[in-house]
Amino acid sequence: MDETIFDLRQVCYSYPPQFVALEDITLSVLAGERVAVLGSNGCGKSTLLKLLDGLYFATAGAVQAFGQSLTEAAFDDDRFNFAFRRRVGLVFQDSDVQLFSPSVWDEVAFAPLQMDLEIDEVQARVNEALSALRIERLRDRPPHRLSGGEKRRVALATVLALKPEVWLLDEPTAGLDPRSQSWLVDFMAAQGEAGKTVVTATHDLSIVDAIADRVFVIGEDHRLAALGTPQEILSDHALLESCNLIHSHRHRHLESGLLHSHPHKPLLAHEHTHD
Amino acid sequence: MVDSLPAHAPAPAPAHARHRRGTIERTLASVSDVMERSLYAEELAHRPGLLQGLDPRAKLVSLIALLVAVALSHSLLVIAMLYLFALGLAWRSSLPIETFTTRVWLFLPFFTGILVLPALFLTPGPVFISLTPGIAITRTGVQSAAFLLLRVSTSVSLATLLVLTSAWNDLLKALSFLRIPDTIILVLGMTYRYIHLLLITADDMFLSRKSRVVGHLSNAAERRMVGASAGVLLEKSLQLSGEVYLAMQSRGFRGYSHRATAIPMQRRDWLGLTVALGATAVAIWLGR
Repeated sequence: MDETIFDLRQVCYSYPPQFVALEDITLSVLAGERVAVLGSNGCGKSTLLKLLDGLYFATAGAVQAFGQSLTEAAFDDDRFNFAFRRRVGLVFQDSDVQLFSPSVWDEVAFAPLQMDLEIDEVQARVNEALSALRIERLRDRPPHRLSGGEKRRVALATVLALKPEVWLLDEPTAGLDPRSQSWLVDFMAAQGEAGKTVVTATHDLSIVDAIADRVFVIGEDHRLAALGTPQEILSDHALLESCNLIHSHRHRHLESGLLHSHPHKPLLAHEHTHD
Repeated sequence: MVDSLPAHAPAPAPAHARHRRGTIERTLASVSDVMERSLYAEELAHRPGLLQGLDPRAKLVSLIALLVAVALSHSLLVIAMLYLFALGLAWRSSLPIETFTTRVWLFLPFFTGILVLPALFLTPGPVFISLTPGIAITRTGVQSAAFLLLRVSTSVSLATLLVLTSAWNDLLKALSFLRIPDTIILVLGMTYRYIHLLLITADDMFLSRKSRVVGHLSNAAERRMVGASAGVLLEKSLQLSGEVYLAMQSRGFRGYSHRATAIPMQRRDWLGLTVALGATAVAIWLGR
């Protein structure tokens, strides 16, 4: 039987004073799975990833990781904290948040140093991560002198240097140019092929097929609206439209003059015909 | 009529708008100036040169030693020699001498000059120049003022040398050599890093405001706008700090920082340090 990495039972999370971010979420993620969490802006995707990373704690319900409850008390125990952080890495949506050190080298070395690794091991991991992301030339640059795409690569390198079993990625393709997006999708696919568990929060439907075997959809009511394979979810237009992941708009066919409204599927423009 | 204006012709600005730089423009210019200076300093720190090639720890310890020599010396000639030594180092480090000296001497009269002005008249001693009956500049006053001005200019020049020839990151690493706790160094590094981000945010905020302002804002409106912008920026910085802390926790931060072990200094670093300590000893002996 596959090991369960994350197990959430009726989880709710509210930001103070009473802003509900997640409501009654029940789901589980298995080892080696590639999961996409779909939802529109503000539905609670980022909050969910922070719950999975033990940065936020459920206001109701239970979150378990590797069979242990993720609670504040659990993270007060240095041994648990240490073990969990070694296994799970989160790439934040805003790379500027993640890049807080004065140089790229220091940034990538931050996590291995916190893990009390020997300096030779730290250097080896940093070099490996910089090389894997093809950013060796940036090693001495300060983060404020990097482009958006470079920052995203460095942010990935900071997690890669941890060698985590589980990757949590928050809107990883947002704001990237097409080439960087394509490269990033390949990178995430490679992590999945290497047996890592990859959980990606996104509202970019065009990448879901490539990055996920299973999809959770969170609705605008902050509840789990659906789960299924990418094919099942992406073909359910009513679901996607109700969750604000696709939209309908009116357009006119030039040849026939037909004016009608239809939902936009992922990557679909107006290449359809009418009898 | 709007239609009568040629598409490429900008609308004429009101007379007051043409002649007066408002708060928005001044703020944008200041932000831009700070970013340009920062970029220029980084460019200087990476130029090939004598001091750029030395380990920042050697430079930091040398600076402290030379500052002690400047403070302890009782000879104007010795302090002047140390100033010339600093100029020589600036030249050998490919720093633009004019900019280097201007940076020191342009601001010196405003800060130190104001302090020494009363000393010229109030320090008891033989008269040097008599201005009016009862008011005279004393020889002792001139000497005290000269000491203070030269000490400050030499000290500022030495400190400027260190800052302009070292990358900020390297300077921070050098601080750990002085047994400054890693957490404090981490906070200093983060402060420097996020000042840039907040500067860019402030720049965007004021540019966005500028794009929506037509004509002249009253002083009260400008004050309100600056106050509101400062408030928004503070709120953003608080949000940012919360998120950054989460990002640190996510990568194993548990309230104390670990830094990589420092790389040993090279022979030329030890040589540079020895020269600086030797110069310090000679300056203290000659200026005793």
